[in-house]
Amino acid sequence: MDRLTLREQIADEKAMSRRAFLQGTGLLLGFALTGASTESVFAAPASQVVEDEVMGAFAPNGFIRINPTGAVTLVIPMIEMGQGVYTSLSMLLAEELEVKLDQIQVQHAPPNHALYANSIIGIQNTGGSASVRAFWIPLRQAGAVGRNLLIAAAAKRWNVDPATCRAKGGVVFDASGSKHLSYGELAKAAAKLPVPPAANVKLKDPKDFTLIGTRAKRVDSAIKVDGRALYGIDTRLPGMKVAAVAISPVLGGKAKTVDEKAALAVKGVRQVVNIDEAVAVVADHMGAAKKGLEAAAITWDDGPNGKVSNADIVKQLEEESKKPGAVARNVGDVAKALAEAAQRVDAIYQVPFLAHAAMEPMNCTVHLQKDRCDLWVGTQAPTITQSQVAELTGLPKDAIKIHNHLIGGGFGRRLEADGTILAVKIAKHVDGPVKVIWSREEDIQHDMYRPYYLDRLSAGLDAAGKPVAWTHRIAGSSVMARYYPPYVKDGLDPDAVEAAAEPPYELPNIHVDFVRVEPPGVRTSWWRGVGPTHNVFVVESFIDELAHAAKQDPVAYRKGLLGHNPRALAVLSLAAEKAGWGSPLPARHGRGISVQFAYGSYTSQVAEVEVAADGSVKVKRIVCAIDCGMYVNPDTIEAQVQGGTLFGLTAALHGAITFKNGRVEQSNFDSYLPMRIDEVPVVETHLIKNAEAPGGIGEAPTAIVSAAVTNAIFAATGKRLRSLPIDTDSLKSSS
Amino acid sequence: MAFTLKINGTPHDVDVDGDAPLLWVLRDVLGMTGTKFGCGQALCGACTVHIDGQAVRSCQTTVDSVGDSAVTTIEAIGRAPQGAALQKAWLELEVVQCGYCQSGQIMSAAALLKDTPKPTDDDIDAAMSGNVCRCGTYQRIRAAIKHAAGV
Repeated sequence: MDRLTLREQIADEKAMSRRAFLQGTGLLLGFALTGASTESVFAAPASQVVEDEVMGAFAPNGFIRINPTGAVTLVIPMIEMGQGVYTSLSMLLAEELEVKLDQIQVQHAPPNHALYANSIIGIQNTGGSASVRAFWIPLRQAGAVGRNLLIAAAAKRWNVDPATCRAKGGVVFDASGSKHLSYGELAKAAAKLPVPPAANVKLKDPKDFTLIGTRAKRVDSAIKVDGRALYGIDTRLPGMKVAAVAISPVLGGKAKTVDEKAALAVKGVRQVVNIDEAVAVVADHMGAAKKGLEAAAITWDDGPNGKVSNADIVKQLEEESKKPGAVARNVGDVAKALAEAAQRVDAIYQVPFLAHAAMEPMNCTVHLQKDRCDLWVGTQAPTITQSQVAELTGLPKDAIKIHNHLIGGGFGRRLEADGTILAVKIAKHVDGPVKVIWSREEDIQHDMYRPYYLDRLSAGLDAAGKPVAWTHRIAGSSVMARYYPPYVKDGLDPDAVEAAAEPPYELPNIHVDFVRVEPPGVRTSWWRGVGPTHNVFVVESFIDELAHAAKQDPVAYRKGLLGHNPRALAVLSLAAEKAGWGSPLPARHGRGISVQFAYGSYTSQVAEVEVAADGSVKVKRIVCAIDCGMYVNPDTIEAQVQGGTLFGLTAALHGAITFKNGRVEQSNFDSYLPMRIDEVPVVETHLIKNAEAPGGIGEAPTAIVSAAVTNAIFAATGKRLRSLPIDTDSLKSSS
Repeated sequence: MAFTLKINGTPHDVDVDGDAPLLWVLRDVLGMTGTKFGCGQALCGACTVHIDGQAVRSCQTTVDSVGDSAVTTIEAIGRAPQGAALQKAWLELEVVQCGYCQSGQIMSAAALLKDTPKPTDDDIDAAMSGNVCRCGTYQRIRAAIKHAAGV
């Protein structure tokens, strides 16, 4: 059978049996994780990677490949960027397929909406803390289908009832256990059997799980401790050149002058590419490319955004947020309840633009040829990237070959294809493959930022201190309106109001609306935790303000409003108990609490802080209670709680991108500060185990931590912080 | 200019400008991609290698400054007892997440343990605060260093 292109594969899917379709075509991309192998893992050349076939393999669905040698491959729909999905998704498959985790090799899935879309996001994107939630059932079903077919193949060969056979560790045994056949031996025969519909297979009772719920070892650790792991930036191809790039410091600006001669005089520099919005210097190695870029002494024409400043952006938000917005929630009669309240509290909150600053800077390797474009890149959004590059090059989608890679930190940045688009624009002028790598400065100054939001809140309390009215207006950029326009209805961006429209508390009269305000000259996008990272800070700070106004303990006050919400109440109580809530602390020490429901999980954190006389804040301890329903790997959850908390805490303490004269004022890790090992608190995780559907975990701790910390600062100092990052100058001791 | 670099016990001839950063010579000229680019300004430690046993930032180390010194990279640190112990501890304690910074983390930790076999928390802070991890694996890095050191 001829090799088919991806488009033909998709077109033919309806006409052919799914198995024939998968058997005869090359779906494998990227590289296999080789576990403890001592061999170096190199990306295979494009032709080999894209068109490798799995002839004779057992491939009952998009996820499973078993070849006659017994190798089991999971074609994995979601990308690994540290969150542990290679392990957790492999565990889901292995549990039902009845193979050991170390028998599974992982291969990145190609862009293919029909086979690999994430059902929660609606597209083949890795994000939204949705990987386990979306594939919790499909991957177990896929494994069960595979196991049933392999058992059926063995039973047929032995001429026995399949119900008398069982599978374990990649081997099918008969009733007596004396006969056995490995999955490799059964692969060809199983491939000939009709595939039952996934929904018809019986899944294991969770009490029979042997892998799900255990602290199984990560499958990607070994290659990450000795330099073998290959990220997009590690791509090496025959004849490949590397390019350093300078992008117009002001969005919409153009290169005015470029000293090409000086750049080309640098040893190793091959070419200067000027595409107006950016200039690239192409060289044999990045040392030469960077030196050439410096020598090019580029000057810029700033264009229309040369005067953009943070002050103007904030002023615009202040004005626009006075007008009503798209209503996210309206229950009861807020105006009346506010007017009749015994006490009223008003506040304005603000959160800054934030860069992602993943450790692996933006990069993409492109080989653009007449009839195809190969991309070596780590992307959270392969189908979007493929579509955008097809549009840019005029090539059909199936000619855009994405060789996806491990990502050296995503945090939402790689949901955008802008880095790939820029690399393809440069590659149009380069003969042969070219790897474009952004400097750290380019990475921070040309990010697509978490939006700056300005929120206005008012609440009315009754005589007992209960909130009888709650209004919350959010003003800021709508990422959703640009990225997924169909999800924005009547001007309402569901992401911008997530965790604000539905606070966990009993609020009889509530009004929440959203005012879309797009800042000029600034690109905004998804940032770890998305809407809730902003909204939980605001809601959990404001409820803390109400507790104070009501002269009540913050934990007791929240408990009083969570009677209808037992899972939220449970995590709150657990976090408070484990943190020793209420036990005495020294002066200028404090504890703060926050609670949230987001990404399908309930989370509560208690932060303990010390505020020094000079205003500096030391976060000493974070206690986190999580109810994410049934969980796959508790060690991964703890790792995500530790890391996700620090990601949010870093932003709370240090994170702000600011604009002046259209330019980003921060540039590297000396001005956009990451937390370092000497600064971080111990993070404790307490998991609540139950039988609820799995919730997401990668973003929950990021979203919740800021409010816990600022509430703790309030407890320590009496100073309420309504904007981030934390202004330590405002916390200086007056004595 | 031609230079002979002694890397992981093997001499390598390279023909680059003397001011070329060692990082890019390792990655682009010699194809040793385990050493990572993170910031280019010695602010993040992702590019850490050893020169004569000392941890240095290869992004700020020019090729002409290396001379006859022995360069060790993440690809070979497992041959040293400290490196092997750290890699084992990293696996046992499941330190990695995205993994991009971990080459540099392990190189910095290996230099620490070579000079200070039983480090205190302050020793770890001093030796490791130049290495940034955006995934936030610091808690496990600290624990793994202690685990490897038996403290």
